Amino acid sequence: MSSEQVLLRQGLYADSVTLLQVSRQVGQADGVQAALVGMATELNLDLLAGMGFQPPGAESPNELFIAVRAADQQSAQAAAELAEQLLSAPRRPTGTGAAEQPPRTIGSAAASTGAGLALISVPGQHAFTEAMDALDAGCDVLVFSDNVSVADEIRLKDAAAERGLLVMGPDCGTAVVGGLGLGFSHTLDRGPVGLVAASGTGAQQVLCLLDAAGVGISAALGVGGRDLSEEVAGRSTLAALRMLDADPGTELILVVSKPPAAPVVERVRQAAASLATPVRFALLGPGQPDLTQATEAVLTELAAPAPAWPSWVAEAGGSAAGPRTGALRGLFCGGTLCDEAMLIASAELGEVRSNIALRPDWALDAGLRWPGHLMIDFGDDALTQGRAHPMIDPSLRNRHLAELLADPDTAVVLLDMLLGHGSHADPVAELLPMLAGATAPVVVSLIGARRDPQQLEASARRLHQAGASVFTSNAAATRHALSLLTPGGRS
Amino acid sequence: MSADAHRFTGPAPRLVTAGVSLFAESVAAQGAEVGEVDWRPPMPGTAADLARVMADPRRRPANAEALSRIFGAGAHLVDVLPAGATLGLADRDFLHAGPPIDWSRASGPLRGALMGAAALEGVVERPEDAERLFATGAGYSLDPCHHHAAVGPMAGVVSASMWVFVVEDPATGRRAYCTLNEGLGKVLRYGAYSEEVLTRLRWMSRVLGPLLQTAVRRHGPVDLKAILAQMLQMGDEAHNRNRAGTLMLLRELLPELIDSGAPSADVAEAVRFMAGNDHFFLNLAMPACKVTLDAARDIPGSTVVVAMARNGTDFGIQVAGTGDQWFTGPAQLADGLFLGSFGPDDANPDIGDSAITETAGLGGFSMAAAPAIVRFVGGEVADALAASRRMYEITVGEHPMYSIPVLDFRGSPTGIDVTKVVRTEILPQINTGMAGRLAGVGQVGAGLVTPPAEIFPKALARLAQLAQPAEPG
Repeated sequence: MSSEQVLLRQGLYADSVTLLQVSRQVGQADGVQAALVGMATELNLDLLAGMGFQPPGAESPNELFIAVRAADQQSAQAAAELAEQLLSAPRRPTGTGAAEQPPRTIGSAAASTGAGLALISVPGQHAFTEAMDALDAGCDVLVFSDNVSVADEIRLKDAAAERGLLVMGPDCGTAVVGGLGLGFSHTLDRGPVGLVAASGTGAQQVLCLLDAAGVGISAALGVGGRDLSEEVAGRSTLAALRMLDADPGTELILVVSKPPAAPVVERVRQAAASLATPVRFALLGPGQPDLTQATEAVLTELAAPAPAWPSWVAEAGGSAAGPRTGALRGLFCGGTLCDEAMLIASAELGEVRSNIALRPDWALDAGLRWPGHLMIDFGDDALTQGRAHPMIDPSLRNRHLAELLADPDTAVVLLDMLLGHGSHADPVAELLPMLAGATAPVVVSLIGARRDPQQLEASARRLHQAGASVFTSNAAATRHALSLLTPGGRS
Repeated sequence: MSADAHRFTGPAPRLVTAGVSLFAESVAAQGAEVGEVDWRPPMPGTAADLARVMADPRRRPANAEALSRIFGAGAHLVDVLPAGATLGLADRDFLHAGPPIDWSRASGPLRGALMGAAALEGVVERPEDAERLFATGAGYSLDPCHHHAAVGPMAGVVSASMWVFVVEDPATGRRAYCTLNEGLGKVLRYGAYSEEVLTRLRWMSRVLGPLLQTAVRRHGPVDLKAILAQMLQMGDEAHNRNRAGTLMLLRELLPELIDSGAPSADVAEAVRFMAGNDHFFLNLAMPACKVTLDAARDIPGSTVVVAMARNGTDFGIQVAGTGDQWFTGPAQLADGLFLGSFGPDDANPDIGDSAITETAGLGGFSMAAAPAIVRFVGGEVADALAASRRMYEITVGEHPMYSIPVLDFRGSPTGIDVTKVVRTEILPQINTGMAGRLAGVGQVGAGLVTPPAEIFPKALARLAQLAQPAEPG
């Protein structure tokens, strides 16, 4: 028993060659015995009758008909649907000249390439418009731009939720998606750990430690530093958790954040408890595990015990040389690394002044100078206005470093250095001349993956040869720096 | 994309980037496909309004609705009637192209056309006498065609004794009107009002109008969208080139004209007149576009432009989400070729409702379908392709019926989006004729023109005022 479908459509027009192609494609579909798609001209209707179809009652030759005969009703219907689809499919430009004009909006670029992910790093005041356009085009969005208002962040994340999409950011520095490092990121193996991070450099630290332990990741989804604030209420964190939970390759999810809002964390923990995939947390704060400890716990759970984290300790600056009097001075590119170092250091030293101080009364004034212990985040918004991020351009930090090295009150210097995609092509080369004449010991947190373009191991050795102590764990670097201070320098 | 929950953990995604090139380069260096947007800041001072409008939750569904109404509306030529009774015009009521304007600000060609129309209606004996009447500012009415469901090319002057095409959307009964095209050169719509002009207009009202009425009524509705769709396959873009459209109309109406019982000499003259005027179909393309775009009016939240029109002094747009408000700025001078010894100094700024064709995705937007007219600006075929491609950047959709062969039958770019114009600073491309600056001169050339950029931020600001607060939380 064969089944026939004859449909009429108004308001559609296609030239005869297109119709011929559509007819042929539909005719070759599964189970189809005969098919004709055409304008309802007298000629075409005669042709249709000749094929044994009952011609439709078209009122004008400007109507379009779809006629299909197939082995069964299901095939006939599928074939008719295929015809509709072919007729309504937007035609992508394929001509040789198609690439002559680059797209001018995210929406247009997404439509012409079929992209599913948009990365936006336009100036902050324009970021919302581009991000919303990307969501409209069906793309997940990574917003690298900062200076987006909290209200706009919430609007974007709500719009994304309606469309089943994810907004990473604003001010999202790091993500790994489908094996691709976005923003500041690293060359990593695929593996069982999924990361959800409200902290860019915090995520980089965890990713690089996992890499050192030989454990790969399924994805790292940045959500923006404010996502776990009370206002934003974990909108993207919750969405990202659900998305990673749906991935069978993700065996464990780790949530990384700077000190978050407690009620929000509670909600996220509750949501996490209902997922099939175990979720662990690395949330910086007083009394909480540091990022290295949190990573070690994850490794233990995965039965991949943590290795001894690679380090290259300088002999001259080692504990053998004896402790030094004076102040600890930390200069950071990564805000979360600075936070972590301050949490560890202040537990021993008490007051640590900073431009991103742990306590309001520890705030550093705009001159960034203080006779005692201090730690500066050069990646803070106030220090990047009109200037590239210090991971790209370390010159501002290096100027301060020169000044602190010349300061007799500086007992120990602690620095971070981030390798990977997006960062300076050879940050070590910028630092080496400054290490040459340094009298105070210099301790470096070197955050990089084994296969990063800047070469982790070689970078570490160059720094070590120049007299620095190098650690791949920021927590270990901080503790080493503390060990170089005289007990009198401590609380 | 969004349906795939594993999209972050599967193969590398296709990516688009806007902003810092470093990130695009870094992703490309990892071997992924990257589409980099040629991003530039939007028009100055618009960032906050843009964000407000982009955040309006009604925008996307409203624009989809606008597009679906534009695509869904039909345009059938159903009748030909005298303007007076049809549009409610008495002998001292005049319609004109573009946004509202009074005599004191009216340009030369608009003044010339009004003077000619006043003489045609017998309000004054000689066109020159009308200047005094119009200058008093009383005893007559002056109103935009667009306020009466009508459109007029160039000066667009409509007066009671002229005849109009009646174009109807069969689904809703909505109608749009346009006068009959007078031909080229010294014609009223270009501001000429000599005796030759008036004699032709009288013949059109006495002979051509009634003949066409008979023919259309005998034939039954003529599907203008079907003709427009075929025109694009035949080298017309339906604004500056209407050659195939005119012939297709004749093909429909000729049998009815011949068979109408009218004197064969009248029929022959009418056919000769229409066949000798490659622009005859323009006055059908315009109301066809008007009736479909009017279907998209008054959709709260929509940023789609529903009319672009010029009166020779001001260029105005109306937007689906802002009611009947006009956003205006100074009309620009076209860039193009001049007839005979005319030059740029002789040209009047941009004039006419004919930019309704571009608003509907035809004209300059479908320039790639009509490479023959690129020569109007000394351009090459590649320029026509580039012009149409550029218009996809500022439109919300592609017309399912109007397709452009040389762009692989891609649908014409349709539905100008105010936000996209503001974001890209790409202005709508309009093909146009050029009228002489002085009243009475007529056509001096043809070329390409754009709206003044400032009207788009103005429309955007109003959309931002009307935007719904998207409640965070």
